[in-house]
Amino acid sequence: MTLELRDVGKSVGGKPHIHPTQLTLERGTMNVLLGPTLAGKTTLMRLMAGLDVPNTGRVFWDGQDVTGRRVQDRDIAMVYQQFINYPSMSVYDNIASPLRQMGKSKAEIDTAVTATADLLKLTPMLSRKPLELSGGQQQRCALARALVKGAGLVLLDEPLANLDYKLREELRVEIPKIFEASGAIFVYATTEPEEALLLGGNTATLWEGRITQFGPTPQVYRQPVDATTARVFSDPPMNFVHITKSGQGLEFGDGQTAAAEGGFAALPDGRYRAGFRPNHLELTRHGEAALEFRCTLAVTEITGSETFVHLHHGPDRWVGLVHGVHDLPLGAEMPVYLDPAHIYIFGENDALVAPAPYALAA
Amino acid sequence: MDKTTNQKAWFLVLPVLVLVAFSAVIPLMTVVNYSVQDTFGNNVFFWAGLEWFEQALSSDRLWAAFGRQIMFSAIILTIQIPLGIFVALNMPKKGFWASFCLVVMALPLLIPFNVVGTIWQIFGRVDIGLLGHTLDAMGIDYNYTNDVLDAWITVIVMDVWHWTSLVALLAYAGLQSIPEAYYQAAKIDQASRWKVFRYIELPKMQGVLLIAILLRFMDSFMIYTEPFVVTGGGPGNATTFLSIDLVKMAIGQFDLGPAAAFSIMYFLVILLVSWVFYTVMTNLDKREGF
Repeated sequence: MTLELRDVGKSVGGKPHIHPTQLTLERGTMNVLLGPTLAGKTTLMRLMAGLDVPNTGRVFWDGQDVTGRRVQDRDIAMVYQQFINYPSMSVYDNIASPLRQMGKSKAEIDTAVTATADLLKLTPMLSRKPLELSGGQQQRCALARALVKGAGLVLLDEPLANLDYKLREELRVEIPKIFEASGAIFVYATTEPEEALLLGGNTATLWEGRITQFGPTPQVYRQPVDATTARVFSDPPMNFVHITKSGQGLEFGDGQTAAAEGGFAALPDGRYRAGFRPNHLELTRHGEAALEFRCTLAVTEITGSETFVHLHHGPDRWVGLVHGVHDLPLGAEMPVYLDPAHIYIFGENDALVAPAPYALAA
Repeated sequence: MDKTTNQKAWFLVLPVLVLVAFSAVIPLMTVVNYSVQDTFGNNVFFWAGLEWFEQALSSDRLWAAFGRQIMFSAIILTIQIPLGIFVALNMPKKGFWASFCLVVMALPLLIPFNVVGTIWQIFGRVDIGLLGHTLDAMGIDYNYTNDVLDAWITVIVMDVWHWTSLVALLAYAGLQSIPEAYYQAAKIDQASRWKVFRYIELPKMQGVLLIAILLRFMDSFMIYTEPFVVTGGGPGNATTFLSIDLVKMAIGQFDLGPAAAFSIMYFLVILLVSWVFYTVMTNLDKREGF
């Protein structure tokens, strides 16, 4: 079972929503569509589902062209950000509804519903109506409906976005386990890089209607192909600074220079952009090689165990994520430190020219 | 724990009390006052007890009007509610035509009641009315002034024309509030059009439909102006509904006592039926889990 998008593109009123896209998803895999709001995640899912017909390209299911086929005739299930259940049916009837539609026997339906409800911890709520359930339970019910159907393609469109933090964490851990056994192709849209990393599988990063990179999630995270992917797959977004390579050194301004070793050594001289993740910025020096930048503190956000520091470094706006509570004076000039091993180097055209040495080592 | 005593709050309620007293309590009490007294003029009143109530309850005339009223409301509800839903389901969801339909639908609701009556009174006339004359020319024997069935049909069609929009607009509002994702989910589930209606649209519309039924029941049960203008309650007493009968009694015959007793019972019946409606429907809601 494979789903293949060949040059699939969609534009509405002359405005491209999805640029021609190639994507092949394999059976039994979890595939995350990661991108900010309006990047085209939902549109791409609608194209996969057949809810929208692409303007260009074809969609293949198991090698068979299904581009024009109606949603009703496809083997899919979908879960939405809103909790979509039939309001007048009990949880049991809700879960049973796709099976009844398929004309399964009563005994078969009962077995499947009981098993699915058990898996999603809905057994005590089977006789209740969806609106008598909490948000998390309502979404479990919707997930159960999608799961019980045994569809070949399961689309999950930000299914946890409307849930509170605690429930989100709980379901996020459960979802991959629940779906692993079914062997279907899963597509999971999210705006949160953290969610993609937790779900594992493959990740496709989306930016303005384009898939910028598709591959195993950890690989996409460690070796983004360009600055856009790196920005999308980092929360808060990746920080950037302009650098110049000349001879054996990388000049960062402020009189800071790092030795161009390893992958950096082969780069031709010229101007580049260095990128680093917020969690690699440090408030104290951790080694001889660390670069020191003088920044002005704009805002601090303390979340408990972590502190986000928003910094102005000349024209650059940086965010640092540091452990512990740091009550720092606003507007103060302060030094921050960065290990050169955590630097990705991007060319002026956005493409990655040298990955961070730490990522290669991992 | 000590409770603070502070009676100043009464002053804050006072404006409302005064307003309600003048708008509702005092007029209602005047009616109650008339209903238990008799007068021979000169503003001299005698205590009559429950005589007027007994008289009204044993009057065939009142029971006949009550029967007609029930029949009228029942017919109105059975036509207008399904028709209103049907219209709402077929209205465009967005764009120019949605706004256009909304305006057209709202038009009958904006016309004063007596004008609606006059429109239909003229429309149905055999000599000069477009409808009456056309039917006559087609060889259909139609005359609402001397045929009971024709009179009923005219009054009902008029009310359907006047008020179905209200049901349609309420149902439309209910439909518009259903997120698109429900329809998509139903499509993916391969649900039929009927199932989409039965399991998504109807449950989601239940709240507004309850309001629509309640409003249409109360309004149709109290109807006065339109049938009065069109048929004047005739032919004979065929379209004399409760309000028309009441006005005849109070203003026409100047029987203040019986009319007052009649009004109070009329009011209580509407209150009771509305309450029963509401309780039954809200319980139904709970059962349906809406």
